[in-house]
Amino acid sequence: MSDLIRLEYRNVTMRFVEQSGKSLTAVQQVSLKVTDGEVVSLIGPSGCGKSTLLNIGSGLYAPSEGEAIVDGERVEGPNAHVAFMLQKDLLLPWRTIAENVQFGVEIQGIPLPERQKRAKTLLDNLNLGEFANHYPHQLSGGMRQRVALARTLAVDPTVLLLDEPFSAVDAQTRIVLQRELAQTLRRAGKTALLITHDLLEAVTLSDRVLVMSRRPGRIIDELMIDLPRRDDPIARRQDPKVNQYVARLMDRLDIGHTPIEQPGAVA
Amino acid sequence: MNGPNQAMARGAAFSVAVLVVFLAAWQWGPGLLGIPTFIVPPLSTVANEFVRMLSRNALMFHTGVTAAEVIAGFILGSLLGAFFGYMLGMSPTAEFALSPYILALQIAPKVAFAPLFIMWMGFTVYPKILVAILIVFFPVMVNVLTAIRTVDPDLINLARAFKATRAQIFWKIEFPASLPPLFAGLRIGSTLAVVGVVVGELVGGNMGLGYLLAFGEGQANTPMVFVTILMLTLVGGVAYLGVILIETRVLHYLPKRALAGF
Repeated sequence: MSDLIRLEYRNVTMRFVEQSGKSLTAVQQVSLKVTDGEVVSLIGPSGCGKSTLLNIGSGLYAPSEGEAIVDGERVEGPNAHVAFMLQKDLLLPWRTIAENVQFGVEIQGIPLPERQKRAKTLLDNLNLGEFANHYPHQLSGGMRQRVALARTLAVDPTVLLLDEPFSAVDAQTRIVLQRELAQTLRRAGKTALLITHDLLEAVTLSDRVLVMSRRPGRIIDELMIDLPRRDDPIARRQDPKVNQYVARLMDRLDIGHTPIEQPGAVA
Repeated sequence: MNGPNQAMARGAAFSVAVLVVFLAAWQWGPGLLGIPTFIVPPLSTVANEFVRMLSRNALMFHTGVTAAEVIAGFILGSLLGAFFGYMLGMSPTAEFALSPYILALQIAPKVAFAPLFIMWMGFTVYPKILVAILIVFFPVMVNVLTAIRTVDPDLINLARAFKATRAQIFWKIEFPASLPPLFAGLRIGSTLAVVGVVVGELVGGNMGLGYLLAFGEGQANTPMVFVTILMLTLVGGVAYLGVILIETRVLHYLPKRALAGF
């Protein structure tokens, strides 16, 4: 990890005009920096504007105030430095798995042999090589989400924006996918901003966790995760310090006061 | 794993049984129930009339004329419907401006235009084709329009995030996403095309199965009307089957499903 800043939000405020004509502030004065190779999680209550920040970073929305900067360039629209991945896999049912992985690079006009090579390498790395010629409906939810990850990586972005990428898969698959993501991010040296509701996921996958407030969303806390082995979230889960981090996050999110499931309980 | 195959075999056997029972009921039912043959002619009478019409009434010629009109009307109506569906789907302004007129035209019974078209174009094949075009147009257009409207906005955003141009978004996402509903519209259109053509032929002209219907009615020749209805069903069935054949090729990526409605 270096001091090179890959992704930065400077005083970003986002206001939407509702149908009633009322102005609604989704995000207020958010500033944050993510350095090269760093994985930062963003947690916060529903509707606090986390996804809005992600859309601003990927250039799909222009902020009302402030700016987003990727690789030293102000984000003026979609750009090749950033790729995003959502909770939905967004695979195209009429394309094979290999063709889905190539979707982004195809749009960017990369020649076919190079596209096919990248897709093959990525699919092999994610243990999906034998499914290259299958169609999405033939794969399980977890496999489809891995294909979505491969599609995101195929465009070779410097920054990955991940919006609850694993919230739609079952708990066991999620743990496996988390490890794959962690290993892939480490191997490729990618920088990532991860939005999640899962506090344990935030702690085990990240170098740093940012906590957002209720709407209008502001950043109210920052937590450095001082744990070894960011590329192995399963090993990290065993670490007793994880519970302390989760407890602190629960406290900051004001959710510790009602009885809920103990998120730190792992086998 | 022969469960589904067994189910299909059982279904096919039942289907054949239904056909046999139906044909038997047609042949002997009217006689048993005392229904006069000029109301419901038995199967054998209709079969004899079919053979007679082949030589005496140029049945195949009239069938060919109707089939050609159906194909022309169906293809042109589908192309126009798809074209307007995509145009309106991609331009909310155009849809907003035109939707009341489209709705009005959709509510108007299309076959009622047949006399008008015949007054305009005479006793030719063109008014028949035009009615078919008009009647095929709407289901195809509405299906395509709805398909374009309901494409997942996140998919569009995904493509935009990869810096896709408007044309790329259309050809790589919107167009392929619209194909299943387009084919659903084409299926409906293929059967409606027959309705449009027959009404046109009934109203005026001396060619086609619709003309034979009117001719048979004028002569109180019930078997002739029956034969003509069967031929019309055949024309519609072949058109529908053609659409399904193309559909299963184009939409080969969809999960295997029973050919619904077939």
